Amino acid sequence: MPTWVITVTYLLLCLALILGFFRLVRGPSLPDRVVALELIASITVGLIIVYAIHHGMPYFIDVALVLALTGFMAAVGFARYLERGGSRHE
Amino acid sequence: MSEFFTAFFLLVGAGFVLIGALGVVRMPDLMLRMHTTTKAGALGGGLIAVAAAFHFPETGVIVRSVAILAFVVLTAPIAAHIIGRAAYFVGVPLWEKTLKDELKERLDTKGHQLYSQKLDERADGEQTDSHGH
Repeated sequence: MPTWVITVTYLLLCLALILGFFRLVRGPSLPDRVVALELIASITVGLIIVYAIHHGMPYFIDVALVLALTGFMAAVGFARYLERGGSRHE
Repeated sequence: MSEFFTAFFLLVGAGFVLIGALGVVRMPDLMLRMHTTTKAGALGGGLIAVAAAFHFPETGVIVRSVAILAFVVLTAPIAAHIIGRAAYFVGVPLWEKTLKDELKERLDTKGHQLYSQKLDERADGEQTDSHGH
């Protein structure tokens, strides 16, 4: 596999991370930020897998698996908080 | 040959994730933003997991990659549904060019009840026992 593939993948994922962070800062409502956080979690899963492929260490795939689980739990928690009457402007 | 598949799935997956992130920035509305992250973002993450399965030809890694793929594909719609539901109850505004909002006339956001009749018709029919909770 040519090395530029890994580089280009890192670049694309980092660009996506910056765009997601822009929406996380910008808002305007709390559910928008939750959606941005979920996207950032899935981008981070991708970055960990690309790092594992780059360095030839398959152990990091476990980390990606756990992170995917945690991101889903965070989304469910935020949604419960919103439905139980949290404020939406923060 | 497996190197080719690894490179292909890595690039395509990262491209889909980037498209999803671009949609999160560019879309005008919470529901439209969720639509890009749920479809393009989840597909991109799953494709990157498939690339790992092609790169490490061991049983354990392949099982974990398939687990990540299945988990991402299964949980993305559930998370989108939960967040969208909560956001609708909270009252996040829709895009001003939205053409139709059928939930608006059928969903009692105070009592968290969805009716098959429209709310105003239902209130006409049951003057005595409307919104029991």
